[in-house]
Amino acid sequence: MSDQPILEVKEVTKTFGGILALNRVSFHVNEGEILGIIGPNGSGKTTLINCITAFIKMTSGKVLFRGKDISGKPAHKIADMGVTRTFQIMRPYYSLPAYKNLVIPLYSPRAKRTGGWRGGGKLGDRNTVGIDILEEIGFERDSFVPYKMASTLPTGYLKRLELARCLALKPEIILCDEVFSGLSMSEIASMVPLIERLQMDGIALVMIEHRLRELFRVARRIMVLNFGEKLIEGIPEEVMADEKVKEAYFGSAEEIEEDMSHA
Amino acid sequence: MEQRRKERIDRGIKVRTDGLYAVMSWRELSYLTMPRMVLIVGLLILPFVMPSMYWQRVISIVCIYALLAVSFDLLAHFVGLVSLGGALFIGVGGYLSAIMNTSFGFPPLLAIPIATIAGAGICTLLLLPCLPLRGVYFAIVSLMYPLAMRRVIEALDILGGTDGIMGIDSFPNRWIEQYFVILMVLLFLFGVRRLVNLDLGLVLRAVKDNDQAVRASGMSITFYKAVAVFISSAMGCLGGACIVHIYMWSGMSLFALDFSILPIAATVIGGAGTLVGPVLGCLILVPVSELLREFGTLRIVFYSLILVGFIVFRSEGIMVYGQRKYHQIERWVKV
Ligand SMILES: Nc1ncnc2c1ncn2[C@@H]1O[C@H](COP(=O)(O)OP(=O)(O)OP(=O)(O)O)[C@@H](O)[C@H]1O
Ligand SMILES: [Mg+2]
Repeated sequence: MSDQPILEVKEVTKTFGGILALNRVSFHVNEGEILGIIGPNGSGKTTLINCITAFIKMTSGKVLFRGKDISGKPAHKIADMGVTRTFQIMRPYYSLPAYKNLVIPLYSPRAKRTGGWRGGGKLGDRNTVGIDILEEIGFERDSFVPYKMASTLPTGYLKRLELARCLALKPEIILCDEVFSGLSMSEIASMVPLIERLQMDGIALVMIEHRLRELFRVARRIMVLNFGEKLIEGIPEEVMADEKVKEAYFGSAEEIEEDMSHA
Repeated sequence: MEQRRKERIDRGIKVRTDGLYAVMSWRELSYLTMPRMVLIVGLLILPFVMPSMYWQRVISIVCIYALLAVSFDLLAHFVGLVSLGGALFIGVGGYLSAIMNTSFGFPPLLAIPIATIAGAGICTLLLLPCLPLRGVYFAIVSLMYPLAMRRVIEALDILGGTDGIMGIDSFPNRWIEQYFVILMVLLFLFGVRRLVNLDLGLVLRAVKDNDQAVRASGMSITFYKAVAVFISSAMGCLGGACIVHIYMWSGMSLFALDFSILPIAATVIGGAGTLVGPVLGCLILVPVSELLREFGTLRIVFYSLILVGFIVFRSEGIMVYGQRKYHQIERWVKV
């Protein structure tokens, strides 16, 4: 099973009415790899995640998870297999404290099966396990933060909470939709090691990002989308040197160069 | 002119840590348990306070509506499904218990639990197709079934046709009848209150608040909605099963829309989302509607006025208002 990709996306196409949001996009993610997906606004990145995780139905195409066709399965079954996602527009349970947010994923069949956080044994009290997960993801354990209502948490913590929901399921792969956006430099700086640790734990990641410099610190393979089409795929330097990519980013070409010079 | 504003202060005794009350003294203990005790004791002594046949019947009907109202509140405010299915639940539970009793000879106290479980299963299956849909479909479908059932029974002349099923056994005596329904209301009221604070209840509330995140957590929202519908319809079917043994008759009027509408009015009056409020609402609304019986169908005007009045002037409901008064000291202070 060595070099079989964990996720294989084949010719995924999605149309909204007449609009072609995704046009035969194919790519793969290897075990334990971080793949970055970039592209201008409206290029179809979120739609791609939605199609893979069945939050919207793809028009045509195939998604294979460890060689098994998962296209056509309902969203909760796909998550149940360990293919998890975060939402670009965060979706916490606003009326619950942060740690109680995790009681819900911990109640899922997958969490029950995988037997609690940090392996083995019977799932303990979900509240405690929830607080443990929050600590892993950067909520200060001895502060009030894990106990605060999700509606009062700042963006940085909500992004972490999105990741925490995935971690509660003991995921095989996480599809992250812009976990860095809306964060300050220092917040991102504290997120990067976290992402690296997830990778060391053997979790594959797909990261959609606009923050290129930070993305390139963790992802060694980048795919570029533009108007629903895959432009190019490769290592960051190679991708950013590409003429088509510069053109796609249009007015922001200088921005990219600036980003690259920092990288 | 001096300005004044209302100041609200939480009473100091409400020391609460995650479901566990840190209780220091008898005074605090009684402060916390008093409202519950008043309700429990109040319901339990009702049959003694009002021993006449007529009022005992009213008490039983109050309890049946209370079951429906709690069932409505659970679905509407904890799962996000607005149910107009009270009549469906009552009808299915009622006819099932009637059949168990007349055709299979089961005594009421055996027929009722069977009708409750089986009826809940049937109602859940009937409503299953509209559970994956969002929006008003659930309300519409749950309203259509009882209307359709009446026509089906009438047209096909099944289940006793327009005459209904007669010769159903009553409860062994009226005290058992009274206390059976009262205990059921208390059991389900406190059971549901417990449920919504369990982890399962949290999942149900999450289905209401944020169903996409529940799906992303690897859980089928349809399944959890079905679980909630099963619990809710069980309460309704239990009520229906009791009714047929109270009236010793099961007929098409079990599918009457009163069973769908009055619980909603009671919930609005009592305080939506409080579970206890809807029971209080029934305690007020059902006897008043009995007193107005001689006005016949004009009573609907009365419900409507009450409902509109409550929605316009004090939409929070009696229970929410009462809880605030109980837990907070209010006073006017100078600004
Ligand atoms: N539900 C929908 N109905 C109709 N069109 C949609 C829908 N969702 C997305 N689109 C369209 O599909 C295209 C791709 O949108 P998508 O959200 O996937 O872009 P994105 O790459 O995630 O952009 P961003 O960087 O701004 O998040 C856009 O043109 C958008 O208008
Ligand atoms: Mg997007």
